Amino acid sequence: MALNLNTFISILFDGLAYAMFLFIVSVGLSVTMGLMGIVNLAHGAFAMAGGYMMLTLTRSWGIGFLPSLAITFLMVGAVSVIFERTLYVRLYRATELDQVLLTIGLAFMAIAAYTYFYGPSQQSIRLPSYLTGQIDGGFRTFPTYRVFMIAIGAILIAVLWYVFERTNIGAKIRAAVDNRRMAQSIGIDVDRLFTLTFGIGSGLAALGGGLAVQLVGLSPSFAVIYLVFFLLVVAVGGLGSFKGTLLAALILGIFDTAGKYLYADAGGFFIYAIAMAILLVRPAGLYGRE
Amino acid sequence: MASTAADPHARARAYLATRHHWHWAEALPWLIAIAAFFAFPDRMTFGTQVLVMVLFALSLDLILGYAGIVTLGQAAFFGLGAYTVGLLSVRAGYGEPITGLFAAAAVAAAVGFLTGLVLLRYRGLTLLVLTLSTTILLQEVGNLFKDITGGYDGIPGITIWPLLGLFDYDLYNHTNYTYCLVVLAVLFYVVRRIVYSSFGEALAGIRENVNRMHAVGSPVRWRLVIVYTISAAIAGVSGALFTQTSAYVTLGVFDFDRSAGVMTILILGGTGRLYGAFAGGVIYMLLEDSLSKLSPEFWQFGIGLVLVLVVLFARRGLFGLAQDLGDRLRRKPA
Repeated sequence: MALNLNTFISILFDGLAYAMFLFIVSVGLSVTMGLMGIVNLAHGAFAMAGGYMMLTLTRSWGIGFLPSLAITFLMVGAVSVIFERTLYVRLYRATELDQVLLTIGLAFMAIAAYTYFYGPSQQSIRLPSYLTGQIDGGFRTFPTYRVFMIAIGAILIAVLWYVFERTNIGAKIRAAVDNRRMAQSIGIDVDRLFTLTFGIGSGLAALGGGLAVQLVGLSPSFAVIYLVFFLLVVAVGGLGSFKGTLLAALILGIFDTAGKYLYADAGGFFIYAIAMAILLVRPAGLYGRE
Repeated sequence: MASTAADPHARARAYLATRHHWHWAEALPWLIAIAAFFAFPDRMTFGTQVLVMVLFALSLDLILGYAGIVTLGQAAFFGLGAYTVGLLSVRAGYGEPITGLFAAAAVAAAVGFLTGLVLLRYRGLTLLVLTLSTTILLQEVGNLFKDITGGYDGIPGITIWPLLGLFDYDLYNHTNYTYCLVVLAVLFYVVRRIVYSSFGEALAGIRENVNRMHAVGSPVRWRLVIVYTISAAIAGVSGALFTQTSAYVTLGVFDFDRSAGVMTILILGGTGRLYGAFAGGVIYMLLEDSLSKLSPEFWQFGIGLVLVLVVLFARRGLFGLAQDLGDRLRRKPA
C-alpha cells in the first residue's frame, strides 16, 4: 500500500490504539519485574483471563461493557494475589531458570484450562452501540472503539503517572526498584509492596486483555503469542521504568502497525527487528539501569 | 601428594580422568534402548521420536545444564536443521541422509555462532527476549518465503535416499530407529567428552560464578560462544533427524512450545547430568503419547503441572529426587 497522508494518519491512529493495549498490559509486568526481578511468563495468561472474563460477563451474564471492565480488573487482580502469595512468593530467591519454568508451567495450565472450557477457536465480543461505528473527526472518520481505547489509555497513563510520581506509595515503589535492600532497611515493606503492585499489574493486564478482544481477537494461545510482545515492551523500555514502558509501547505499537499496513507479507517482522535493534544497542532498555 | 601439589596440571588431569571413568550404570539406557527395539517392534515410530527428542534435550543440557545459559530459543536450531534437510531434498533433489546431517549441523552451527557472538553478551530478561525473538524471526522469514518453505502447510515430497545406499526405510521404522540410536550414541560420546574436559569444567565455573571466572582470566565469552555453537549444531542434527525420519516439516518446528517442551524434558530428568535428557525424554514422550490421546488440553495441562511440581518439589529432576530418596533410605538403618 502506498504511503499517503491518509494512510499515515491511519497508521498513527491504529498504532496509538495498539500501543495503549501494549502499555496497559505491560506496565504491571515491568514494575513487578523491576521490583523483584521475577521473570513472569504467566503475565500473558492474566491478560487472556481478562479477555475471557469480559466474554462471560458481557455475553452470558448480560452485564454492561464498562462495568464488566471494572469487574474484570478487580477479579483477576484479586485472584492473581492468591497466586502471588502461594506460588510466586517461593520464587523471590529462586534462580532465573526456576522463575521461567514455574511461570511457563502456569501459563500452559491456564491455556489448557481455557481451551477446555471455551474451546480453541477465536472469540469475538459484542460491543455496546455507543462504542461501535465511526466518529467524525472533521476531515475524516475514526473508528469509535479505537478512540475509546486511546482515551482509556490516556486516562490510565495520567492516573498511573500521578500514583507513580506524586504519591507516597509511588515513591516507595520507585525507591524499591532503585535499590531494594536500601528501601527495606529504611523500613519499606517491599514484600507487601510487591503483592500490591502484582495485584494491580495483573488486574491491568486483564483490563488490557479485555479491551483487546475487539482489537486483536481472543483465543487461548493469546497467552503465549502476545506474551512475547509484552516481554519485548518491558525489555525495550527498561525494567521498572514507567516512562520506558510507555515509550517502548508507542514505538513498538506504531511500527508494528506501520509494518502491517505497508508490507502485509512481512507482517510480524518489524516489531521483532526493531526491538532487537534497540536491545542490541541498549541491553538494559531505553530507561533501564545496567 | 607433594609431587602432585607441585604440578597442578597433573593433578587437574588426574581429577578429570577420574570423573571421566565410565560407570557400569551408564550402559543401562543403551541396553534399554536396544531391548526396546526387540520388545516393541511395532512401536518404533514412537521410539524414533523419543530418540530425536533425547538428542535435542542433550543439546540443551550442554548450554543450560553445564554453561548455565537460560535460553528460550533452542527450537531455532532444531528448525534450521529440519529445514536444511527438507529444502535440500525438495529444492535441490539431494536426499543422502548422513551428509544431510552434516549440512544441517553446519547451517545450525553457523547461525548459532553468529547469534551467539551477539546475544551471549546479554543476560537475564534481555537474553530471554532476544533468543525468543530470534526464533520467531526465523519463523517469520520462513513464512515470508512461503513458495520455498511451504509455510505452515509444510513442504510436500521430502524423499530421503537409503541409508549408506543399502538400508531402505520400512513401514515400521526399524531402520530409522537404529539410525537415530547410532547418531545419538556418537553425539552423546562427543558431549560426554566435552563436559568432562577442562573446557567442560570451565563452563561449570561460568555457570556457578561468572565473576570469578572473569577474575581468573578465563575467556568467558569465547567459551560461551563455542559451546553455544556446538549445542546449535547438535540441535540442528536432531532437527535433521526429525525431518528425515518423518519425511515432513512445517514452520511449526520453530514454535515456542518446542523450546519450552525441550526445556521441560531436561528439567524433568535433571539438568547438568547428561542422562537427564534420556529419562526426561522417555517420560515426556510417554506422557504426551497417552495424554494427548485423551485430549490435547490434558497434555498441555500435564506439562504445565509437571513444570510447576518440578520447580516446587524436585528441583534437581527425577535423578535428583532418586538420589535424595536413596540417601534417606541408606541413612535409616543406622
